[in-house]
Amino acid sequence: MAVILTEEEAKALLQKVLSFSKADECEVNLLGEIRGNLRYARNEVSTSGAMTNKDISVQSSFGKKVGVASIDEFDDASLEKVVRRSEELARLAPENPEHVGVMEPQQYIKSNGYFESTASITPDKRAEAVAKSLELSSKQGLAAAGFLEDRKGFTAMMNSKGLFAYYKNTNVNFSLTVRTDDGTGSGYVAKGYNDFNKLDTAAATKIAVQKSLASKGAKALEPGKYTVILEPTAASVLLESIFFGMDARSADEGRSFFSKPGGKTKLGEKIVDERVTFYSDPTHPDLPAAAWSGDGQPQAKTLWIDKGVVKNLSYSRFWAQKKGVKPVPNPNNMIMEGGTATLDEMIKSTKRGILVTKLWYIRPVDPQTLLLTGLTRDGTFYIEDGKIKYPIKNFRFNESPIIMLNNLETLGIPERVVSTESDLNYILPPMKIREFTFSSLSDAV
Amino acid sequence: MKRRDFIQLSSMGLGAMMGASIPVLGNVVPVEQLLEPAVDAAIKKKMADVALNVAKSKGATYTDVRIGRYLQQYLFTRETRVQNIVNAESYGVGIRVIANGTWGFAATSDVSNEGIAKCTETAVAIAKANSKIQTEPVVLAPQKGVGEVTWKTPIKKNAFEVPVQEKIDLLMKVNGEAMKNGAGFVTSNLFFVNEQKYFASSDGSYIDQDIHRIWPTFTVTAVDKQAGKFKSRDAISSPMGMGYEYLDGLASEKIAGPNGLVGYRNSYDMVEDAIMSAKQAKEKMTAKSVMPGKYDLVLDPNHLGLTIHESVGHPTELDRVLGYEANYAGTSFATLDKWKTKSFNYGSKQVNIVADKTQPYTLGTVGYDDEGVPCKEWDLIKDGILVNYQAIRDQVNILGENASHGCCYADNWNSVQFQRMPNVSLRPGKEKLNVQEMIKGVEKGIYIIGRGSYSIDQQRYNFQFGGQLFYEIKNGEIVGMLDDVAYQSNTQEFWNSCVQICDKDDYRTFGSFFDGKGQPSQVSAVSHGSSTTRFNGVNIINTGRKIG
Repeated sequence: MAVILTEEEAKALLQKVLSFSKADECEVNLLGEIRGNLRYARNEVSTSGAMTNKDISVQSSFGKKVGVASIDEFDDASLEKVVRRSEELARLAPENPEHVGVMEPQQYIKSNGYFESTASITPDKRAEAVAKSLELSSKQGLAAAGFLEDRKGFTAMMNSKGLFAYYKNTNVNFSLTVRTDDGTGSGYVAKGYNDFNKLDTAAATKIAVQKSLASKGAKALEPGKYTVILEPTAASVLLESIFFGMDARSADEGRSFFSKPGGKTKLGEKIVDERVTFYSDPTHPDLPAAAWSGDGQPQAKTLWIDKGVVKNLSYSRFWAQKKGVKPVPNPNNMIMEGGTATLDEMIKSTKRGILVTKLWYIRPVDPQTLLLTGLTRDGTFYIEDGKIKYPIKNFRFNESPIIMLNNLETLGIPERVVSTESDLNYILPPMKIREFTFSSLSDAV
Repeated sequence: MKRRDFIQLSSMGLGAMMGASIPVLGNVVPVEQLLEPAVDAAIKKKMADVALNVAKSKGATYTDVRIGRYLQQYLFTRETRVQNIVNAESYGVGIRVIANGTWGFAATSDVSNEGIAKCTETAVAIAKANSKIQTEPVVLAPQKGVGEVTWKTPIKKNAFEVPVQEKIDLLMKVNGEAMKNGAGFVTSNLFFVNEQKYFASSDGSYIDQDIHRIWPTFTVTAVDKQAGKFKSRDAISSPMGMGYEYLDGLASEKIAGPNGLVGYRNSYDMVEDAIMSAKQAKEKMTAKSVMPGKYDLVLDPNHLGLTIHESVGHPTELDRVLGYEANYAGTSFATLDKWKTKSFNYGSKQVNIVADKTQPYTLGTVGYDDEGVPCKEWDLIKDGILVNYQAIRDQVNILGENASHGCCYADNWNSVQFQRMPNVSLRPGKEKLNVQEMIKGVEKGIYIIGRGSYSIDQQRYNFQFGGQLFYEIKNGEIVGMLDDVAYQSNTQEFWNSCVQICDKDDYRTFGSFFDGKGQPSQVSAVSHGSSTTRFNGVNIINTGRKIG
């Protein structure tokens, strides 16, 4: 059987699995994927590989007793075996008071994240794309270390109430670090697409090469509060702590940034500058995502922060039931609205500031304020009178994205970025922030 | 091949300190399946020989085969309820070859002779394809075949054989005691791993190993809803290369610290620690916010382990030094030119840091690494001087050595093995000294316990570390708890400010169960031993902020 099933094939297979079920309720999740990668360093291929994966996961329940089992073989005997296993586990399991039953059939909006260009990548195409990059870096005597990874896959689910969902997609991520021979300059680029045809490894490489050369001979500035322009790659790793933290339950329990003194949550409160709007939308043409979440809930355009106000927190089906509200599934993507300024214009309008192109090793310091620490990396530059003056040594920062989004000066034109912490893709604008806190210097290049 | 499933810890209530998720490799299976015996070594030898023969016939000049059965059991609970129990099994074979001087790797879960043969052919084909863009052929340090050998973690109680109910009862007791003692919330977890690994190579090695690891942990949170304030305290257990006996809580393995604090050596009392945690989380709610400035730090082994990991363990990985990790984890300040001077002062004279994969009860300890090299101990920093790195067969020649250090690892049969950190530990002080005596000598200082927030730059110069518990020391006495503490330093400056190390009676290991490296990312588990250590004049910052 093929690894990537069509919607009809997936439906037939799921129906067959469910036909073996003797439980009160049954839910089956199915996935198939093929991944390939090419890794290189010191201008040489280091490791590369391919991975094929298929998996069927069955959740059976008797009342509030639930069992899950999975298997990677799809013959009839294996399918029946995995259903029986999940039932045995359910019978043995203690009651789960938080178990809510499977969902009724749902309607899902259409979203397209599957591109034949990516699905048909071969090892040769991967090598060609990397060769274009290597040619540029080695020509200039620079050391390149990069990673190209592509994936095609599908997920599907069906339950005993007849709910059926299917989504097929492709992705390609390319990242590259270019270092000067003497180790005093370093530049980075990362690009993520669903459509491999959009990936131009040569153009991306030029960005990393430029940053690597321009970051040579960095000067030290005193740590302190500076106006910064965060390129979207740098902004992504700070904003993720907001994206990942918007859970209603922990806010209700009083142990989240979104909790408020007196036992309430910040839902409906203005927490950041009114130009800040985040939303998720599975149909976004530049960042398509599945229109359903893992338990079958439909995903549609959802505002999370609207003009600075917390519009939604995510509610699991259990927590929503307990609180008497509508469930809100965790988002499958995240988009931040921006402005009209280009990065150049943002630099031009800056009297004195710092251009931050990438941030690294982000860790939460205080969950109460979302205070984060981390460092700049691979190209940090001093701006004076609207021009990049010179490269500067890397800084450690201690800053909360909430404080940062209250100190907002300008938002630029949003673009798709890859988080260097989570590898997830977002659409985010570059942003100019005043009084961003750098706490110490680093000699790292 | 099996995918890597990830359990989102945020939804399990486990703190952000762990990162976003933990990997589960394999099929979810009933617990009984974890008790099925390992595949017989004779059968695995036959399977391995298929790959070795096919590879040779296709032109490979070197081949290694790893047949692995990886078992995991993870339990997640919060307050009065079990959130999830994952029993997972992953079985398959990974084949690595050198052909035309280039590495090739392929892996399959089809362990039939045909499946293995086909997979071997793929590995050779990949090597040959990649050799076209390779300019320097791989040079392997020689390794004599060791014949047919076995090695097993010396466990007393196989954690997989302990009934699940007993584990649930323990976690419910932990949660109950924490709640009784003032916790608003508690999540607790048990992680058990068993790697049944068979390694064979064209050098003539057939190595059968049975490796066990355990990690009990929890997070206790105290909440003041009216004030809108919360504070957490994580367990001060350590992940270990042990069986379920680690949870016996033996009195003989406890070390009495100041202020009623308890340190755990090779046996952990989870309930006792949960009770202390709840009390301490509550105490943190009213702890004094630290005044920034220079302090002498007294660092407990359960805290210092992570500082060693980040500031010594990673920078002395030779592949990082050479640039192989430049696009992700970064490179290293500990460059070869510094090492070549034989006089690079990594730290003060007191600082002796050793790498090993042999220390009992630790996560890194095995008989042989994933290249079939027998494991050993070697110095990284001697009397403060950088003397060596961590290197594997295809890189150790760069150091002028002709034997691998034996620290190659892959986290699954379907991942390619590469250089991973062995245990990296600070040797204890030679003179008799306990932590109480050490604190007596400190005029203005902070005593730090437990793993907190941590961040370090990509070349491992500048770092910032938090902790779980901070105690202010004034004129040789602990005067109370502090909050909002983090220290910032530079690796070389920090290790040169090391002035005193407690003796071997205070020595304990810290561990990292899911250390990440590589692209695609792989995990590994590693221990770091030390005794309580004093560092003078370290910069402390205040991490408290006001919003709104």
